[in-house]
Amino acid sequence: MKKYVLQMRVTENNLLHENYCLLKLTSDDTLPDMLPGQFVEVLVDQSPTTFLRRPLSIHYVDRGRNELWLLIQFVGEGTRSLGRYRVGDPVNVIAPLGNGFTVPDGLSDRQKLLLVGGGAGVAPMLFLGAYLKERGGEPLFLLGARSGKELIQLDDFRRTGKTYVTTEDHSSGEKGYVTDHSILKTTRFDRIYACGPKPMMEAVARYAASASVPCEVSLENTMACGIGACLCCVEDTKEGHLCVCTDGPVFNIERLRWLN
Amino acid sequence: MAELKVQIKNLSLKNPVMTASGTFGYGVEYADFMDIERLGGVIVKGTTSEHREGNPYPRMAETAAGMLNAVGLQNKGVDYFIDTIYPRIRAYATEMIVNVSGSSIESYVECAGKIAGLERIRAIELNISCPNVKQGGMAFGVTCSGAAEVVRAVRRVYPKTLIVKLSPNVTDIAEIAKAVEAEGADSVSLINTLLGMAIDAERRRPKLSTITGGLSGPCVKPVALRMVWQTYRAVRIPVIGLGGISTWEDAVEFMLAGATAIQVGTQNFIDPAASVKIIDGLNDYCDRHGYRSVGELTGALAL
Repeated sequence: MKKYVLQMRVTENNLLHENYCLLKLTSDDTLPDMLPGQFVEVLVDQSPTTFLRRPLSIHYVDRGRNELWLLIQFVGEGTRSLGRYRVGDPVNVIAPLGNGFTVPDGLSDRQKLLLVGGGAGVAPMLFLGAYLKERGGEPLFLLGARSGKELIQLDDFRRTGKTYVTTEDHSSGEKGYVTDHSILKTTRFDRIYACGPKPMMEAVARYAASASVPCEVSLENTMACGIGACLCCVEDTKEGHLCVCTDGPVFNIERLRWLN
Repeated sequence: MAELKVQIKNLSLKNPVMTASGTFGYGVEYADFMDIERLGGVIVKGTTSEHREGNPYPRMAETAAGMLNAVGLQNKGVDYFIDTIYPRIRAYATEMIVNVSGSSIESYVECAGKIAGLERIRAIELNISCPNVKQGGMAFGVTCSGAAEVVRAVRRVYPKTLIVKLSPNVTDIAEIAKAVEAEGADSVSLINTLLGMAIDAERRRPKLSTITGGLSGPCVKPVALRMVWQTYRAVRIPVIGLGGISTWEDAVEFMLAGATAIQVGTQNFIDPAASVKIIDGLNDYCDRHGYRSVGELTGALAL
């Protein structure tokens, strides 16, 4: 897919939680095609101490409003700075980047598709869920967080599909990690997608492998360029070092060295 | 419109702006963002005689106005380059220059000898300055005798334009430049990355798998500029300047300090079209200051 440098501007920036914001961007031109699981590289020019662009998952693309939504967790000064952007501020974005999730042909409500997100890893799952639903699929979300107040964007997820929740402190949904949820014991899934902290994705991958369910995970290795030039974001796969930015960020777990 | 053409021995560049090895892939990665053929040249990713997987992840740490990398010359080897990559890039109407790296004299010679047979590759950049490999690389580039030994051996098998990329991790870079000039190098490019380190204070661990890595970006520019100036005054062969060049003004500064041509590196990650903006800016600068040729800038520092 052709990549673009887009000069965008902020239409909305909502603080969802002390550590998260939802940043909505638009452009004068119609946004290019983007696929769920792809990401963008954002120039943080309001933070003088931030040098590199920040790679961020595409949370949602609102075609009606020509908006790109980014769900941002505040990790360092770069992401915190993005949380302070105001409506109308210009933002330079490279998009779309990476491969995206595999969407099976002939989607129907008979297929059980599970979309697992942990922490900020819920970000790409809203776009994926909406994309699957538009094509006749019925996405089920399984979202995990430390506590209920860190479960962000829950209303948008519930509008898109049936949503199950786990929290470590039992303040919402079932207690524990996503892989402790009872839905995994009672339902046989046809495909699992996961994004979140690496230990969470590894646990999901182990579950999927033991249940022989095809599973894709989205990796977040630190990167510089985002376009396959610097070779910094590599994952050690069965095929050797592969760039997360161009060979991923989505990988089938069969390609990774996580399970053996 | 100024004359932008410059000459590096037998290599003619349509303008003095090239992209630095390891920051621009094989050019094709940037084709969506700019017209690659506007560049004076593209120095492609470091190529070695054998396939190399490079260093383990993590390989990158952001720093103040720059970044550290420890990629470690990941590449699929010279045979793969010749069979698979060269056919894809040979038609580009710009100079594709191969950065040749190695871990022993024999491996440099083998790689350079094979590249010499490629019709459309008119120059190599001999990398005796990679700080991220245990054997070879920078080990050759930090002594006059080591640098001279590699260049002497490669010169025997490589008749076209031979550029030698120098390490800044030395006491006197001009001495190294003189040593490689004496062995027949046609040009020197400098600087490669500065050896650096980053630590995660909370976890009390190094940020790179290799502990140390190579520093690049605007933070190294004053060091690079100083070394280009010192080298320009010490050798007769053309100097190619790089190290933190992000804007046309940076490019002008390097040329005034003595560079015949320049390379844009880390800035390609921030603005993928930075190099073509620098070409336009250089041209405007020449017009504004009444230079008919960009070559007049080389060493034109007013003292």
